[in-house]
Amino acid sequence: MTDLTSLTLAEARKGLAAKTFTSLELTDAHLSAIEAARVLNAFVMETPDQARTMAREADVRIAKGDAGPLAGIPLGIKDLFATKGVRTTACSKILGTFVPTYESTVTSQLWRDGAVMLGKLNNDEFAMGSSNETSCFGPVGNPWRRDDSNTTLVPGGSSGGSASAVAALLCMGATATDTGGSIRQPAAFTATVGIKPTYGRCSRWGIVAFASSLDQAGPIARSVRDAAMLLRSMAGHDPKDTTSVDIPVPDYEAAIGKSVKGMKIGIPREYRLDGMPAEIEKLWQSGADWLRSAGAELVEVSLPHTKYALPAYYIVAPAEASSNLARYDGVRYGLRESAKNIIELYENTRAEGFGAEVKRRVMIGTYVLSAGYYDAYYLRAQKVRTLIKRDFEDCFARGVDAILTPATPSAAFGIGEKGGADPVEMYLNDIFTVTVNMAGLPGIAVPAGKDAQGLPLGLQLIGRPFDEETLFSLGEVIEQAAGRFTPARWW
Amino acid sequence: MSVDAATVRRIAHLARIAVSEDEVPHLQGELNAMLAFVEQLSEVNVEGVEPMTSVTPTQMKKRQDVVNDGEIADDIVANAPATEGHFFLVPKVVE
Repeated sequence: MTDLTSLTLAEARKGLAAKTFTSLELTDAHLSAIEAARVLNAFVMETPDQARTMAREADVRIAKGDAGPLAGIPLGIKDLFATKGVRTTACSKILGTFVPTYESTVTSQLWRDGAVMLGKLNNDEFAMGSSNETSCFGPVGNPWRRDDSNTTLVPGGSSGGSASAVAALLCMGATATDTGGSIRQPAAFTATVGIKPTYGRCSRWGIVAFASSLDQAGPIARSVRDAAMLLRSMAGHDPKDTTSVDIPVPDYEAAIGKSVKGMKIGIPREYRLDGMPAEIEKLWQSGADWLRSAGAELVEVSLPHTKYALPAYYIVAPAEASSNLARYDGVRYGLRESAKNIIELYENTRAEGFGAEVKRRVMIGTYVLSAGYYDAYYLRAQKVRTLIKRDFEDCFARGVDAILTPATPSAAFGIGEKGGADPVEMYLNDIFTVTVNMAGLPGIAVPAGKDAQGLPLGLQLIGRPFDEETLFSLGEVIEQAAGRFTPARWW
Repeated sequence: MSVDAATVRRIAHLARIAVSEDEVPHLQGELNAMLAFVEQLSEVNVEGVEPMTSVTPTQMKKRQDVVNDGEIADDIVANAPATEGHFFLVPKVVE
């Protein structure tokens, strides 16, 4: 029998249905892989007992013939999702040993459909970061290394643990969240598939909030089909989230293999940056060629406010974060530092509990919302956001079905290599992804090739609101043309 | 725009984050780097543009005005660092 961890989710589903192996065997294979890969630091909490219990239950349901669509499939869960009875920290010291008494909507839907939880995955503290280096549990290793080099690289962030675990075959898929690129950038850095659905597609209930008008949950998986299967279970209306949209969830898998003939694909000229590596340019061209060969029509489009998306994001996101993170006060849950009075209690707890990046963003957010600066910063940024969204609307109004861009401006980099002197250097990682969050659109990152050093690179497809299906159809074309990429095991 | 040391201390206090004197210059540098980065927004013409309030054109949903949860005081205080019965404990606020 082949190693069970190397199967895709779709293959595992077939094997389980055919009783070639049990969920318990599949789960045990992944638990052993996790144990052998602790050097990657992808998991911050392993839940083997719970995993085996869930696997046994899945096996019973499969035997009885009433298995859900994800029955017996072992998954990893980003530590931003509240999991009942299992420590949830957002990888921040301030949440300490917080154990939720409730389950997030997205994860409860995965369990409803029969999936098995292997444990909780590392991420940047409160999802603030692009390299998973801000986690209070330490950085995550990327299973990919440069050819002829032993340097450990970052897996991207903030969903670094999710991307690393999926790429290293530690789980068959993972939940992730994306506020400015936190699903798509790590997917691109690890040759995995990541989709950020349309804002409102997945419930945010029970997910630790960062910037509520931008946050969306989505899956990271090893193939486009696997991502489609996972999103179908994760998506759906939830009365507990007022921004969750009440429209039916399509069978995303049905979009895989659908013809893309006649589709109009936009190539935005503003994404062609000065000093962009030739390899990225070439990859982008290959992507366009593959889609053209499949019958799509490529057109140049303009999104004139692209360059303002990242600066506007760094006003809107910290402003919302400063408000959302006000709840960490040392009173109701998490860390508490001793103090003489209540103000000192707040100040000491937050000074001790938040890491440097979180403090920086909370302070910037506090500043841009403070009296006298609100109009100049926050209000202006929200107006710019309207213009960014309008750019996309104009483009789609001209009949464009989807937009093709690079996913990231570079391949993965080394731990400690970026952002040490100037935080903005790290922020530039999200230059191609952040526009999508600002406009609330769906975006998928699909592996498309490697750079000269052997590191994976990804392409991004941006779709119309609630048209994830087109992204799956197009993503599949890229995956078929580019092939799939697996890192050589060194851990 | 840029912030001086006094403003950094004021923001830290507004954000309820204790900042020591030797952290101020470093934070000041980082905050100013971020402010310099977002400065480019001032060149955008936003005349007559509505600020975005909702990214999807949907009506805010309203719940029925009924009790749909409650009687879970044990759950509410389960993770609190200091409690007495079903109360959160804090340092004395009113003398």
